[in-house]
Amino acid sequence: MDAASSGAATLFRMEGVSKRYGGVRALEEADLAVHPGRIHAILGENGAGKSTLIKVMSGVVAPDAGTMTLDGRPVTFASPAEANRAGIVCIFQELSLIPDLSVADNIVISDPPKRFGMIDRRAQRRIAEQALARAGASDIHPSALVKDLPLSRRQMVEIAKALARNPRILILDEATSALTASDVKKVFDVLKRLRSEGLALLYISHRMHEIAELADECTVFRNGRKIATYEAGTKSDAEVIELMIGREYHNVFPPKAVPAADAAPMLECRNLNWADRLNDISFTVRAGEVVGLGGLDGQGQRELLLALFGVLRGLGGEMLVDGRPVSLKSPAHASSDKVGMALIPEDRKTEGLMLPMTVRENLAFAAMDKVSRRGVIDRAAESRLIDEMIKLLAIRTAGTDIPVGALSGGNQQKVVIAKWLMRQPRIILLNDPTRGIDVGTKQEIYQLLRRLADAGAAIVFYSTDYDELIGCCDRVLVLYDGAIKRELVGDEITEHALIASALNIGMSEAAEMTGAKP
Amino acid sequence: MNEWRYWFAEQKGTLLALAIFVVMFVIYTSNHPAGLTANVAQTAANKGVLLAFVAMAQTLVVITAGIDLSVGMIFILTNCLASWLVVGTPAETAFGVVVVLLVGLLCGAINGAIVIYGRLQPIVATIATGAVYFGIALLLRPFPGGSVNEDLADALTGRLFGYVPSSLVALLAVIMLVWVPFSRSVYGRAAYAAGSSEVAAYMSGVPLKRGKFMAYTLAGLLAAIGGLFLTFFTYTGEAAYASGNAYTLFSIAAVVLGGVSLFGGRGSAVGAIFGAFAFRTIGDLLFVFDFDPLWQPLFQGVVLLVAVSLGAFALFRVKNRLEWFG
Repeated sequence: MDAASSGAATLFRMEGVSKRYGGVRALEEADLAVHPGRIHAILGENGAGKSTLIKVMSGVVAPDAGTMTLDGRPVTFASPAEANRAGIVCIFQELSLIPDLSVADNIVISDPPKRFGMIDRRAQRRIAEQALARAGASDIHPSALVKDLPLSRRQMVEIAKALARNPRILILDEATSALTASDVKKVFDVLKRLRSEGLALLYISHRMHEIAELADECTVFRNGRKIATYEAGTKSDAEVIELMIGREYHNVFPPKAVPAADAAPMLECRNLNWADRLNDISFTVRAGEVVGLGGLDGQGQRELLLALFGVLRGLGGEMLVDGRPVSLKSPAHASSDKVGMALIPEDRKTEGLMLPMTVRENLAFAAMDKVSRRGVIDRAAESRLIDEMIKLLAIRTAGTDIPVGALSGGNQQKVVIAKWLMRQPRIILLNDPTRGIDVGTKQEIYQLLRRLADAGAAIVFYSTDYDELIGCCDRVLVLYDGAIKRELVGDEITEHALIASALNIGMSEAAEMTGAKP
Repeated sequence: MNEWRYWFAEQKGTLLALAIFVVMFVIYTSNHPAGLTANVAQTAANKGVLLAFVAMAQTLVVITAGIDLSVGMIFILTNCLASWLVVGTPAETAFGVVVVLLVGLLCGAINGAIVIYGRLQPIVATIATGAVYFGIALLLRPFPGGSVNEDLADALTGRLFGYVPSSLVALLAVIMLVWVPFSRSVYGRAAYAAGSSEVAAYMSGVPLKRGKFMAYTLAGLLAAIGGLFLTFFTYTGEAAYASGNAYTLFSIAAVVLGGVSLFGGRGSAVGAIFGAFAFRTIGDLLFVFDFDPLWQPLFQGVVLLVAVSLGAFALFRVKNRLEWFG
């Protein structure tokens, strides 16, 4: 028995579990042992089998083969509800909250407190308040509707909801990808407390530094198989990534081009104002430049991108494209040939793709006018352009006529990007495009961005991942409370500088927070 | 204060429907030659409750993001059945009432089973079952006729203590006995959850199927209660196709007026009841202003449009164009 599992008795064990979807082997002969009082990180690229693993564990799908034991007794789960009753609760990456119900309704949804056969509203309120407090999110009102909350708050509600079920094993699937930096810290404190209370935690994340901070042991999956389980801290990042992708890993970020200071400004904003969310924002982006938007989540970055793309009404200030003032009235206007803008949205499921429609249809949507004449689509021209894009972005799909929802998350995101590239945009806006995407695809996206910039595009890139901003951007504008607090250029873009300006504090405090010496 | 804001946000649709009804009813009674007498109130109540019951039935299904195009036909079927069964001695009458209500439950349960377990789209399934229910009604009453226990009918359509319309009391009782327990039960919440986000509800282990099944079944029951009252008002049974269709369509109008979202997940049967009463008052308004009754459908359409537009006013203030689609 290896060192990882010798500490405590095994709470949950999975042996030889396999699952196929049609011809695809999602999980093959997978083994996993979960121990109380430990945080077990699961690593792997998208498509490595992590999501299938947790779906099997939490009763969403039934395995084709293999056994699961809880407390040494064999178990099977026919539904998520059964797994919940056994004490296995999962916080899914796709939110499981019901938008039209209140926070309190959602927290107790699986098992509401009852009185005379009806739901006891007071008890429900009490449970919700306790759960929110336990999740460190007492600022959320239990009566608020979930759909009125921003994404990061919803994720906190999701965590509170899981805690209200008193789980023995808590599974977190990319649970922090929507959270602000201060929420992540709170969640980590909560998770550490739960660990000390004896809970077993399964933690799935693509963020290496989160795993380094939290995990006690790690298991790496690749192509549906378990590759290795090891004690946290015994392998370097490079070794871990090598295990994940099965080949040596270098050059995540492509080299930055020498900034051409004399290139003409392609996009210029002067004193942009909108409601109370954007304050006096001015900046320029030149052709061939990648400009990052930094700062804590929710400081106006999304609004700024929407404003640039013509989605917001009542925008104050001035916008110039190629030195000519423009006033954009809609995304259709912004993406027209005259302006040439594209926005890769944050939520690919609702703003980027129509999941039940085919890859071909999705790709063609934004470029409809390019492949049609007088309203009639030229199928041959369409196919040519689509094949070109699929090759350019290396989209892995079984054909162009399958629903885009059948692709993996990384490939879906590539379709979103490809869809906009079909228009050959000159100004490309990206809203956190790599969220919840595997390392391999991320790398491809970074390289693509640089290629597009080198070909003369102006790129505005919002990311919640500091490493990306550091690796990809020529300049970073750090936003705080709807205004640009600082502009970092070239070598100034460091983690310390980003955090310091994001929190609007001095450098030494930031160094303290990241645990590094100034 | 904060607490009130959330309550208000939740009840906005219902309160708007109440306001529309009150305004229309005040205009009506203040122009009525007799003013607001017990008689006027009783007539208005009796006209309104029929649609109110059918609209309540529609609400239950609409909450699950479905639609029930058979409610009007269940209403007609149970009317025809009641004109056979709800007669005779008190014991026989009581038996008849129970059978009529059970038939309503059964009709709703069939709808629910087809939609939930047969996985047919609600709109298609209920068009088909509605035709079947009407067919049975026609077999029961090829020609208008039959009768009803008049003592019971008069008691439920008359006045209590000289002033209070007893049909309103019955409506209130149905709200307390059917709607309130349902909406506050786990199944009611499951129905809302199913309407708002079925995937999220499934992932949360919500009893989806039972919640939706309950909603369809209770919708059948409520439509049957409406059918009973129709019999009490008319003393006869009639398989009136046009009337069944009109009630189905009006129930959808009432639901929309009542602030129930056709996308599911939001709204209350109480709002739909106010919506139904408001919709009914349109005809009365035309009467007091001496309009030709021919104008009624046109005015009903206009009022519906205006009311729905009121709810859309907020869109003018939207500064983020994406909110137009939310």
